[in-house]
This record gives sequence, structure tokens and C-alpha cells, in this order.
Amino acid sequence: MSKIIASAAIRGAYKIVDQAEKKWQEAMDKWGAKEPVGFPNTAYYLPVIYGILGTKVEKLGDMEQIIKRCKALLPPPVREEHPLPYLAPALDAGMVTFFAEELLEAIRYLEQPDFYTKQEDPTDSNIWLGAADDVILRKRGVEFVDGTAPGFAAIVGAAPTNEIAANIAQELQQKNLYVFMASEYNGKKFSEQLVEAKVQIGWPTRLVSFGPDISAAVFAMGFATRAAMSFGGIEPGDYRKILIYNKDRIFAFVLPLGFVTDEWYANAAGAVNWGFPTIADTPIPEILPTGICTYEHVVSNIPHDKIVAKAVEVRGLKVSVAEVPVPVAYGPAFEGERVRGEDIYLEAGGGRTPMVEWVTTKRMEEVEDGKIEVIGPEISDITAGSRLPLAIAVEVAGREMQEDFEPILERQIHHLINYAQGVMHIGQRDIAWIRIAKQAVEKGFKLNHIGALLHAKLHQDFGRIFDKIQVRLYTEEDKVKEVVEQARAVYGKRDARIEGMTDETTDTYYSCTLCQSFAPSHVCVISPERTGLCGSYNWMDCKASYEINPTGPNQPVPKGETIDPKLGQWKGVNDFIYKASRQKIDHYNFYSIVNDPMTTCGCCECIAAVLPMCNGIMTVNREYTGQTPCGMKFTTLAGTIGGGLSTPGFVGHGKYNTCQRKFISGDGGIKRIVWMPKSLKEEIAERLKARAEEIGIPNLPDMIADETIGTTEEEILPFLQEKGHPALEMDPILG
Amino acid sequence: MAEEKENKSIDQISIELIEKAAKDGVNTAFDRAETMKPCPIGSVGSCCKHCGMGPCRVPLPKGKEETPEEKQKRRGVCGATAETIAARNFIRMVAGGAAAHSDHGRGVAELFLAVARGKAPGYEIRDEQKLMQVALDWGIEIGDRSNQEIATDIGEKALEEFGKQEGELITLRKAPLKRQEVWRKQGVTPRGIDREIVEIMHRTHIGVDQDYKSLLQQGVRASIGDGWGGSMIATELQDILFGTPAPVLGQVNLGVLKKDEVNIIIHGHEPLLSEMIVAVAQEPEMIELAKSKGANGINLSGMCCTANEILMRHGVPIAGNFLQQELAIVTGAVDAMVVDVQCIMQSIQTVAECYHTKIITTSPKAKIQGAVHIEFNEHDALKSAREIVKTAIENFSNRKGNIYIPDQQTDQIAGFSHETINYLLGGLFRASYRPLNDNIINGRIRGVAGVVGCNNARVKHNEGHVTMVKELIKNDVLVITTGCNAIACAEAGLMVPEAAKEFAGEGLAEVCEAVGIPPVLHMGSCVDNSRILIAATAMVKDGGLGDDISDLPVAGAAPEWMSEKAISIGQYFVASGVYTVFGVTWPTTGSKEVTDYLFKDFEDMYGGMWAFEPDPIKAAQLMIAHIDKKRKALGIDEARERVLYDMEMRRELE
Repeated sequence: MSKIIASAAIRGAYKIVDQAEKKWQEAMDKWGAKEPVGFPNTAYYLPVIYGILGTKVEKLGDMEQIIKRCKALLPPPVREEHPLPYLAPALDAGMVTFFAEELLEAIRYLEQPDFYTKQEDPTDSNIWLGAADDVILRKRGVEFVDGTAPGFAAIVGAAPTNEIAANIAQELQQKNLYVFMASEYNGKKFSEQLVEAKVQIGWPTRLVSFGPDISAAVFAMGFATRAAMSFGGIEPGDYRKILIYNKDRIFAFVLPLGFVTDEWYANAAGAVNWGFPTIADTPIPEILPTGICTYEHVVSNIPHDKIVAKAVEVRGLKVSVAEVPVPVAYGPAFEGERVRGEDIYLEAGGGRTPMVEWVTTKRMEEVEDGKIEVIGPEISDITAGSRLPLAIAVEVAGREMQEDFEPILERQIHHLINYAQGVMHIGQRDIAWIRIAKQAVEKGFKLNHIGALLHAKLHQDFGRIFDKIQVRLYTEEDKVKEVVEQARAVYGKRDARIEGMTDETTDTYYSCTLCQSFAPSHVCVISPERTGLCGSYNWMDCKASYEINPTGPNQPVPKGETIDPKLGQWKGVNDFIYKASRQKIDHYNFYSIVNDPMTTCGCCECIAAVLPMCNGIMTVNREYTGQTPCGMKFTTLAGTIGGGLSTPGFVGHGKYNTCQRKFISGDGGIKRIVWMPKSLKEEIAERLKARAEEIGIPNLPDMIADETIGTTEEEILPFLQEKGHPALEMDPILG
Repeated sequence: MAEEKENKSIDQISIELIEKAAKDGVNTAFDRAETMKPCPIGSVGSCCKHCGMGPCRVPLPKGKEETPEEKQKRRGVCGATAETIAARNFIRMVAGGAAAHSDHGRGVAELFLAVARGKAPGYEIRDEQKLMQVALDWGIEIGDRSNQEIATDIGEKALEEFGKQEGELITLRKAPLKRQEVWRKQGVTPRGIDREIVEIMHRTHIGVDQDYKSLLQQGVRASIGDGWGGSMIATELQDILFGTPAPVLGQVNLGVLKKDEVNIIIHGHEPLLSEMIVAVAQEPEMIELAKSKGANGINLSGMCCTANEILMRHGVPIAGNFLQQELAIVTGAVDAMVVDVQCIMQSIQTVAECYHTKIITTSPKAKIQGAVHIEFNEHDALKSAREIVKTAIENFSNRKGNIYIPDQQTDQIAGFSHETINYLLGGLFRASYRPLNDNIINGRIRGVAGVVGCNNARVKHNEGHVTMVKELIKNDVLVITTGCNAIACAEAGLMVPEAAKEFAGEGLAEVCEAVGIPPVLHMGSCVDNSRILIAATAMVKDGGLGDDISDLPVAGAAPEWMSEKAISIGQYFVASGVYTVFGVTWPTTGSKEVTDYLFKDFEDMYGGMWAFEPDPIKAAQLMIAHIDKKRKALGIDEARERVLYDMEMRRELE
């Protein structure tokens, strides 16, 4: 009986709007109309209101029009006998609920600034994280874009026991989904249940404790709405496109656990607008006919051990879960989990003991597929809290295998190991660092499982380029050191080869349309000297990816005739992007920020912007949340240029690309950089220094201003003049 | 034992009043239908009276096969064959129907223009959004211009369409592109609304067009000018002036009359005057006046399509459909019956004379001997309306003792315009036809049927309508309806959401329950059949059900048709690609060739074709069979696997 649902949703909407209005009145009396309000560090204001209505709520006074709008949209209650059609009014009421909840939450940020941790992790005293800021959105957004996270489950309420809560959470994690949590049932909250069950929560483990009230559910909708604007390039206010984008591309659903209140119904009805169905554990009425969601709208009375599988089916999501022979849970959701000091059973690398990871090619007869050897002590031979040296030597063989693929396989080791629950991995090559938790060891995890999971996963993902793989894990210091020596020699050769590759000596570039699941018109074309702006893909990766999956998102792009060697434009590339962008973009330049620069989906690592007064450019990385001299924070910049647009004066790029030789070479190259955040400068210091020396301005790094010098052009110009920054002497950048 | 006399209606209230009429010695259509049988030659289209040499009768010989020689001889004096005669008669019916609808549309356009120019006080532009939509559809500049300026252009453009001599009607652009191509290919794209009607009159004159295929082609052309032209203009402009209908609760049947109030029934078709009467009847002075005459108030109700218009927009109750017009007066409680045009029986004046009821004619086009005539002047509409209402009030005290108002009425939810359906299926933010298409594709809804049309005294009142509609919804076919069928369905209680559970198949009921709609959707009056065309087009555009109306799993019907308008409507349904079944009688059976051409050959030409089946259950089964045929062609006749999406499939999305 969807009439019951509609009636309840409309009642719930009335209550929440009423609550918001009262709160707003109180806040107005206390702070006045001019008091600024908003969620922390976001360019999307109150994102649902901004996305759907196109209205920016910046001050308390701005909320008045939203409250009026809510009241105008609130439908009359559903009549018992001969009701007027109620589905559409209930959906409208649900939408209004989200507007009102954003107002409530924004007022909470104003009244109780420390209510939420405002970071990725809970603190010892506070588990409520509040709204995801734009840094989190973009960082996590990449996972939505590349498919490592296909969607999220919005859980409200609580499970009957902590154990059931932990099981549901882990099942969702294993399906790679984010879990957004809000509200309570019977005095219990799902997030707290997880903490009590010793499950690590926070953004890194994808278990996001938004807030204790139902209104915190709106943070999930805000996340989804911003994804459509930032990655889908949809304009704020274009509500229909935003909602359809979510229906088609964000695989989210609502899991109410416990008694469904009017307010929960209102939120669930609202979520249907985004195409997010509700799957309940209680016997509430169902709405099975399809149309607004892809499949059913409300499905109920599902047992807890079936609820995740049911939800995934109802949402129409295909999740391929890797079968990996390890005794712990496994999947991308566990990548961000940490192993803290007191939990360590075994630690290796990280400067404490020598550690190295190395993939090398062998002849077919030298490799026995699936052979895993631990040479030296195994976990069973040591006690909790031990350290060991560790070398992970992976040997592959196969007809399609090329030396160039070795580093690509090697780079997988980091996240593949990290995917195992209770295992933390940092770094790569000879600076790797691993911690294995007591909890994992209790479940039976051993070092040989590292070999087993690498064997299974590398076969699964890269099976096309090799036939056989074996893994040796050395834990004796002598042997480890021996491997380190061999590996270092290979690393040196590899780096030299990559450094030597240029765009001119390469006839074929590679496309990357991985992001088209989220940004349908965006096409990256990656050349040796212009690596992917997301920082994840270089030319070699794309080449390998193409070999592995010839019909996949990385396709060879013949350069064809050169149209402009200086700005970096080729006919073959133009033809390709015209087609692949679905006729939205017909050309762009690889090496220019000023003239028709390359497009970005919105998940770029850095964004460069022209600073006309300084006759140069600045660049800012995603992690830097402060103001920049171009007048926009990273997130505003990303919002401006994301979604597959070519925006003269702005270009997205990878951190690595900053020090590549072709970096905006059409506009004068690296000499143009006059500002970047201090943290970015430190992060790329080594390569920046090398590149500066190469162009004969060894002190260039010191001439580049950062936020300690200023965050406006006026503030940094005197510094540049004092240092004699080369950009000031160059031709006018805007010619 | 004497054979029990069969009831003339399935509606209990009507039965009671037919009995009262007999008791009161009042002669009604029910009686006349019994005493006068239809002319057997005219009813099959075999009588030609287009010239002074006739009438010529060319009926098929009864009970034996005709030899070729006999067929050769079966001609009019001028030599016109039975085919030519049947086709002539048929398309003259189309001309009559198209003229009626289109003249209605012209009237609306004239008023619309007067309103835009500020020359029709009392009227205003109520639906600004629709004004903009029509401006966009018709390529009229919006810019910074005022509503008045935009409306003036729209009004002028609308009027031009009637007298246009060449090119294509602007409103045809609303049709699916493929349909427009079909019309061009068949040479039936109307040039102007009036021109095609006039050309029918010309071609059917003695000695002009004497090829039945050519005649029928022109019939198609004029009918398109009705459905996609005159009727559509009427609907669009009425929505702008009076508001686009939205869901509303109303009551239906003669029980809506009130013993202690001044009962005014507005009967006919055009909402121009009735809108004003609705406004005036609420004026305190009028209510005061009524009270001073001993009444407790003024009770408005509607009849026929005027009823549908004011129900859809204001929830004004409906007294009844075509065959209930005399019965309303038989209650003895109707103080005035205000009529304009179309489907008004001359006999209401005769019946009224047995009671106290005043029949007030209002249109200069439609007068009735003996009736009071208060002409409706659109430039001073309120004055006309006040005079009419006053006349009714003054008549209250003339009521005679012989009053019987049945104590029964039925509730109904109406107001399902295309815009409203679009909203109802997804709310303000996700409005679309997607859920309808989706549930057709997944089989919960088998298809959609437009069941429309009149009452016909030759068959039991409302029986064909209600039986057919019940059969359709039982088989999960969603019914959309207009006109007298809508009123019949409402009287039978099919138009409340609760009816879904009681009468509809499981799948359809589930969808109705989800959305909160009845299984039978009231889309308005008979000009509002244009809404059905727009709804069908919206289904095509939303995707998944082919790329033309003829691909959709839909069908049309008029089980109790009688008016020429019904023939024109049926013809434009067929020309739009819809399989359309008529009941009661078929006006071309005198020629097998003409009938076969309409019933069979049309399918290849237009994707839609006519059919005739007087048994409403069998007719419904024919429609369902056609719907199933279309489902099969679309490949949705079997359950589909649920598609689960991975990232690669998401990248493929446009």
C-alpha cells in the first residue's frame, strides 16, 4: 500500500519543515539575517538546495526563501477515502524534506561548530563526521569515477545486535560500497554499534558516520548531488539532469533498520527522486512497480543476512567480488584501514627493517604458476609485535609479457595487499611498509597469503598479459638485501627509459575514458609527456591497459598530422576526441593553458590558472583547502572547469606532470609557475629542483610564492619582483 | 407470464427516471428509439441524397451472393457506385464532426485573441506555463515580451490555421516525426483546418470525386485537421485561459441535483460561457437573490462535455451524459438548463414544457424553438452569465410538486491532462512518462486504451462503455477516456483509486496503487481527445515502445458512438496509427470494398485501422489482441531479465 507510505512521508515532511522553520526563527533572533551559514569547505553551498533549486544559501537570511519554497511545495495530506494521486506529492514532500534538513544541519554548524569532527576520521570523543567537504568529495569521487566504489548504502537506524551491524557493514564493504550512516533506532545507532564491535569507521574504511539524527541523511544526498555537478558537469538548478544522472550512475540505496518513522519515510521518498530505492528490514508496505528508480522503489521485510544482496539487486548493480583465497575480508573498502601500534602483530619496512617489492619477467619454464614460497620465518614462527625484513619477489612469464609491464604489475602490489582486512600497506619498491594486525593473524592470515592474493588478483586483472606467476617472500635479512640490490638496478634502468620517452618520438597516444561513467563527454588523451591529470595513469599504464582489454577505456590514438607542434595539437587526436566526447569537444591543445586547453572530468590532482598581473600561472592541489591568488579555492576551480569542459586560462593536470618537460610548454613552460601551495612544493621538491636545474634556473623553487607569502596577486607580486622571477620578463601570457 | 421488460440503462438512477418519465407521460429518446427503427439503407451508407435525381438506394442484396452483373447495376442515377456512395457518406460524417470540433476551436481562438487584446473582461490568462509551452511549440518569440503580446501572437496564429490555404498545420509538429512522414507519404497532411472540410463537401457533390480511395484519403486529411488541428487548438487555448486540469474530486449522476437549491445544468460543449457561469454563481449577490426566492443556494452541475470541462477544472459535479439530458428535466428539480452547441436534443424543450424547467440557448449557432435565448456575448461575458443565472433563480419558485431527485451520486477523481499525468508519474522534479512506459515494458500494464464517445439510444445506456472498460482493466489495460464514456465510467464507480483493486488486473492495480490513480483516467471533453494524441506521443518520445504511435501497444474504441464527431475522432485515431473499434453500427457496411479498405488496407497505410464489433466484450478482446500483437512486435511479450549494471555499461550511457 503505497498510500500508507505517501501519507507518512507527507506527514514527516511537515514535521521536518516545521522543525526547520522553528530552528531558523530562533537562529534569526540570535544571530540575525546576515550571519554566514554553510557546510565546511565546499563550493556547493547547501548542496541539495544549490543543485536542485540553483539557490545559494550563504546567510541565515537566505533561508527564508527556502522555507517559503518548502511550504509552497508541501502537498496536502493524503485523504483516507478517494485520495487524489499521491505518489508525485510524496516525492515532492521528500524533496522538501531534504531542503529543510540542509537548513537544520547548516544551523547546527552555526550553533554547535564542534558538533562534527569536520575530518575524515572520528576522534576519540566524537564519532560524527558531518558533511563531506569538497576535498573528501573529490578524493572519494575518483573511486566513484573509476568504479572502485560503485555507490553507497545510506543506513538509518540500527541493527538488532552489534554483530549483525558489523556483518552488514562488512558485506557492503566487500561489495565496494560506501556506507553512510545516520539516525537511531531504539536508542541505538548503527555507527556506534560498529565502534562497539571494534570495526574501524571513517571515510578511509568507507564506513561514514554522518550524524546521530535523521537530518544527517541529507549529507548523503548532498554528496550525490555534488557528484553530478562536479563530475557530470551539470549546472546547479538543472534538477532533472542531476537526478537522472544519479539514477543512471550513482548506485545508492537506503537501508532503514528498525521502525520506519514518518521522518524516515519522508527521507526515503526524497531519495526516490534520485533513483535510490529503499530496502527495509521491517514489514513496511512495498512499492514494486518501476519507473522512477530503475527497478522497485520500496522492498521490505528482508532478513539481515539477505538485505545487502537484495539491495544490490533492487538497485540494479553488478558487483564483481573478487574471490581471493585469504582468511580475512578483502576489497577496496579495506584499503584505507589502519593498523595502529597496539594492534600490530608483524611489521616490515617503513625504515624499521629492509623491505622491497619487485616484479620481474622470467622464461616460461622458470615459473611454476601459483607457487608461493616463504623463505625464512612465517607468521606462525614469530610472536605478536615482531618485526621482520621482507622482500616480495613476483616472477611472471608469458608470451604477451613485456618488460614495460613490470612496473605496472609492481604498482598493483600496494593496493592489492591493502585490500586485505587487517593488513596495512604503504609505499612501493624499496620504500614499502607493511603492518599485519593481530586480528588478521587471529583469523589465520599468514605471509603466504600475500603471495596467494597477488597470484589470484594479478591473474584476474592482468591475465591477458602473462600466463604464469609465482611469488617468493623472503624474511631473512641477507636474502632481502640481495633482492633489494637486484631490484634497485632494475629501478634505475626503468626510470631512465621513461625519462627518455618524448611525445615527438611516439606516434601513438592513448585515450582514457574511464571517467565517462561519470563525466560522459570527457576524454583524456595521454602522451608520454602529459600524464593523466588524475595522477593515476601514465602513457605506459594506458598501453598496458589496452593490451589487457582491447575494447576497454584506453584506446590507441594515432597522432596523425601535426596541427600545432608548439601548443600540442594533432589531427588524429582531434578526430578521436570529437567522436569520444560525443561531439561535445572537437579539439584541444596538450601544452597550453591559454589556448583551448585540455578538458578535465573534475578529478584532477591539480588545477593551474593564469595570473595575468604576475604574467604567470599558479597551480593548486586538491588537498589544499585555502584561498589562492586566482581568487578561487581548488574546489571552486574544479567546479568551474570540471565536467569535460575546455576552459581557456585554466587547466587540470597531475602532480607528476608539473615537472614534465611539456608542462604548458606552449605558454612558456614551468618558468611560468609563480605560486603553488607550500605542501605541494614540498611534495614534488625533488623533481622540481631537478627540472629547475635542467632549464638553468636552479633557484626557481625559491622564487615560487606560496600561501605564506600571500594568497592574492597583489600580495605575491612584490615577492616575485624581489626574487626576479623569470615569468615577469617573459612575453605577455595573454598575448 | 409476460416477458419482463428489459431495462434501458445499466444505471439505476436512469432506470428510475425513465420510469418516472413514463408515469409523467413524458416521451424520451428511449421511447422514440423503440418506436422508430433506423433506416436500414441509410444506416449502411447505401443511400445517396446529394442531388435532386435521388435519393438513390444501392443496398447489398440480402441473403444471397451478388453476381458481377448485379453489382454492375447497383448504382445511383448518376452512375455512382455503392463504393462511391458509402465513401461519400462516410467522409461527410467526418466533415460534420471535424466542423463541429473545429468551429468550437475557432470560437476559443476568437475569445483567446479578445482576451489577449484586453477586450474580454472577466477572462484572463490563468496558465502562464502553458502559454509559454504553446509559444515554444508554435515558434512564437517569448523574449522579454508580455503575456499579452505573446498571447496575441498565439491567438492570431491559431485563427490563421483555420483559414490557411497551403503548407502544413503548425500543430502537426507535436506528432512524432515518423507519423508526420507517414502523413506526407499518404498525401493526407492537412493544409488548413477549414479547407479540408470544404473540400470534402466539394468532392462529395454530385459528379466530383468518384474513387472511394480518393474520397477516403480526403476524409483522413480533414480528420487530422480536427484532432491535430482544431481540437488541439481548442484544448491548448482553453488550458491557457481556464487552467490546465489537475486532479480533482467530483461527483456524478443525477443525485447531484439539490432539492433546496436553484439547480442550473450547463449542457453542451464549450467552456467559454460555462466558466463565467461558474464564477457568477458564486457571487454573493446571486446567492442572496437565490435565498430571497426561498432557495438555499445555487447548485451548478454539468452535462455532456461542458460537464467534463468544468469538472476537470473546478470539480463542478456532473449530472449525466447524453442520454440523461431529458431525464435530468424529468426530476422536476432543474430550474434552468443552459445549452450551447452539439449533442443537445431538441426534445429537451418538449420535456421541459411538462415541468417548470427553462431551456436557455446561448449560442447564435444553436437555437431551439420555444426555448429562451440569451445570447452569450464574449465581450461582456459576465453580463450574459448573470442574466442566465438570474433567469434560473427567478424560475425556482415555479417548481411544480412533481419532484424526484434520486438519492445517489458517485465520487470520481478527474483532471488527468497530459501535463498532469506527466507530473503524477514522477513528481515535480522527475516528471515524465517513464514509469508508464517501464510498466508497459515489464508487463504490469499490458497496454493503454482510449475509450471515448457518445451514448446511443439504440443500445442499452452505458452498457457498452462500462462492460468494455471493465473487460480492459481486468486484463491490465489502462483506460484513458473522455466525453460520455468518461461519465459512464464515473457513474459505474470506475474512476476512484479504490476501483483499481476491485476491477483491475493485478499488474495494473499495482501500478494504480503505487501512483494513487484510478484504473480509468478522465482526460476531459471530446475536443480533449487531442490530449490522448499528446499522451501517446509522449509515450513514444519517452522511449522503449517504438518510434511512432502505431508501434505502441494501444487501441481506441467508441462502443456507444452516435455523432459525426465520433467518426471524425475515430478517423484521426486511425490516421495517427491507432487500432480503433466502434460499436452499435457501422456506416459503410453497404460496401464491402470500402469497409475492407478502412478495416484492412488502412493498416498498411497508417499503421492503424478501423474495426466494428457491437459486443463490447468481443470488442475489448479485439483491442487486447491488437495490443498483444504490438507487444510482440516490440519484443516485450515475454518477461525480461533484470539488467544489472557494471561500470563498463555505465560508461556506455549517453
